[in-house]
Amino acid sequence: MYINKDNQQRYTVGVLVDNEPGVLSRVSGLFFRRGFNIDSLAVGTTHDPEVSRITIVIKGDEQKVEQLVQQLYKLICVQKVQVMQSRNSVERQLLLVKVKADVTAREGLMRLVDIFKAKVLDVTKNSMVLQITGDNDKIDALMGLLEDYGILELVRTGVVALERGDDVMTSDIFD
Amino acid sequence: MKRMRLNGAAILIECLIEQEVGTVFGFPGGAVLPIYDELYKRADRINHVLTAHEQHAGHAADGYARASGKTGVCLATSGPGATNLLTPIATAYMDSSPVVFITGNVPQSLMGTDSFQEADISGMTMPVTKHNYLVTSVDRLADTIREAFYIARSGRPGPVLVDIPKDVQLAETEYIPLSGEALIPRLSKKKPLSQLRPEGESLEMYKTKAEPRLEMAAQLIAEAHRPLIYCGGGVTISGAQDELMQLADRADAPIVATLMGLGTAPASSDRMLGMLGMHGTHAANIAMQRCDLLIAVGVRFSDRALGDAKAFAPNAKVLHIDIDRAEINKNVSTALHITGDAKTVLELLLTRVSQKQHAQWMQQARSMMEDYLNDELFEPRKILKAMAAVAPEMTVATDVGQHQMWTAQHFPFLHTRQLITSGGLGTMGFGLGAAMGAAKSDPQGRPVALVTGDGSFRMNLTELSTIAYYGIPVIVVIFNNGTLGMVRQWQTLFFGHRYSQTTLDRGPDFMKLADAYGLTGTRVDNLADFRAAFARAYEAGRPCIIECLLDIDEMVAPMVAPGSPIDSFCLN
Repeated sequence: MYINKDNQQRYTVGVLVDNEPGVLSRVSGLFFRRGFNIDSLAVGTTHDPEVSRITIVIKGDEQKVEQLVQQLYKLICVQKVQVMQSRNSVERQLLLVKVKADVTAREGLMRLVDIFKAKVLDVTKNSMVLQITGDNDKIDALMGLLEDYGILELVRTGVVALERGDDVMTSDIFD
Repeated sequence: MKRMRLNGAAILIECLIEQEVGTVFGFPGGAVLPIYDELYKRADRINHVLTAHEQHAGHAADGYARASGKTGVCLATSGPGATNLLTPIATAYMDSSPVVFITGNVPQSLMGTDSFQEADISGMTMPVTKHNYLVTSVDRLADTIREAFYIARSGRPGPVLVDIPKDVQLAETEYIPLSGEALIPRLSKKKPLSQLRPEGESLEMYKTKAEPRLEMAAQLIAEAHRPLIYCGGGVTISGAQDELMQLADRADAPIVATLMGLGTAPASSDRMLGMLGMHGTHAANIAMQRCDLLIAVGVRFSDRALGDAKAFAPNAKVLHIDIDRAEINKNVSTALHITGDAKTVLELLLTRVSQKQHAQWMQQARSMMEDYLNDELFEPRKILKAMAAVAPEMTVATDVGQHQMWTAQHFPFLHTRQLITSGGLGTMGFGLGAAMGAAKSDPQGRPVALVTGDGSFRMNLTELSTIAYYGIPVIVVIFNNGTLGMVRQWQTLFFGHRYSQTTLDRGPDFMKLADAYGLTGTRVDNLADFRAAFARAYEAGRPCIIECLLDIDEMVAPMVAPGSPIDSFCLN
């Protein structure tokens, strides 16, 4: 968690939901209705094919996030909700970026690829497609540097996160 | 166990019969033809009331649920039939009323093609339903209906919508009738839903977990000098009114109620200070600001009750008991909360609370109760007292506006489910449908009063044909002041007497209207005539209209301006 300019904290929320049509719409609709802006959202099925996991990054104050967690629990499709702390969780996202890369730029870009442990997925005379995984800060840093070369197209998956250690999500009403 | 091969429409009706649904309110159409066909074949086992408009069928199912505590059922066709249900669904949602709404939809082969009378009603109702379903296979239909009923009435109740495409209604599958316990869906223990109203083993677990909080709550009550109980609709839903009164006696505390909580503590009780909030009594609002412990049961701290949230109950520790964890710390920070069913929590709490004496505080709280002059002026509070004198136990429905607040303030409600009113959403046009539903839910068929205004009534008077046709005993009492009174009141107070679009100098003649529908109409302009007309109507037990001619400038008082501390009255 960090404090951003508006003095609001950044929260990563993991939500286990029934893997059913319309679930994403129910969850994202709730965020909209309760006045939360979603910074990033990632969704996929889990090892249990009947359960999907949604990871949402939002900004807000503590009371509002608690309210949001309780509202999420009211959705019938929601099984578990967990607000993750950066100190005890790992988070990653994946970025694909198409960047201008003529012959003069290629060398410099390859150095960045090295430093950031990125991968080159495609090269042409004028451009390169790079892949990088990491936390938000790392991805933002690379994007900043790539701007000097000229970003042509960019896509990121959104953050996915898991808690470290053996802890599991609980859905206790006495929380 | 007998198995049957039935189509989806027949399975739906059988599932409604399984749930012991007596009356369905609805309106037919293209996408529910198979359902109406199966209903026709089972007319001896299930009742259907045809309204003039889907909206009022929805409010009727809601009124049925509110008056009886059973789950209401409403049926409508796709497209416009379904969208006409949005207002009743939202109304039921805001007031936690258990209603199952069933809509037909176009066949799945046409879905998503903007076909005739197609509307994405499950998408549209997501924000205003507790849950909703689009049934894509007839094999899932019976279990979906059972789940819908379970969800609608479990935990904090609310509306559930089931959208059934026409091809699912026509497809056949095997149906096995169920009853009793078997109707409760087998939900995973992991589901938060299954924790909402714990039973059996999980109830024992709940008790153990709640213990430390119950001890702390008992401690707070033991230490309090000026305790006050603030009760709401959750007490009615839980059926916790007796436990609530026991707690009030034990803690020697006065009681204030929200609009939805009127009747949980009888108005005849010395402890009851009346409704709190924007149009609350002086006694209730001032007690709120003076108490040192606020025991809030089944309430959600609505802005209409609170006024300025920051200045609300400034000297009090707040103990909040509610089944919905999301209501805790939402609008007001609490010293302690107990999440759970009000009846269960109060029962457990009562075993830990010893008898307290706060005679001085009780007297202080009571001293603010208003006493009105006993004159014969023809004004709203006298009319309501006259109604109560004829039928103190009668169910009273309202629409929304001045007449609603007058009813809340001046009809002395004696028991839960006696007042049927749209609290959260404030739906004008709710009343006639709701009154009809409430009357249909009463096995004894006693008359129900609808107190309405001329503005609200014009939004639903189309249903006069329904109460006339079925002979549903609704006594419509119209407070006709020739204006949208509540809006006019705000225009008077906050908008420099500029009566923009609120004067209703345009009829209709309600007596001719009554005549057109074959109902008895009586117009009165004095208290004696009203008393006679109302007593006659109650005795007759037939639908009728009593029109009361009132002054256009009559206002609802007391009043606290929105967002002000609730003890700073702008009207007395």
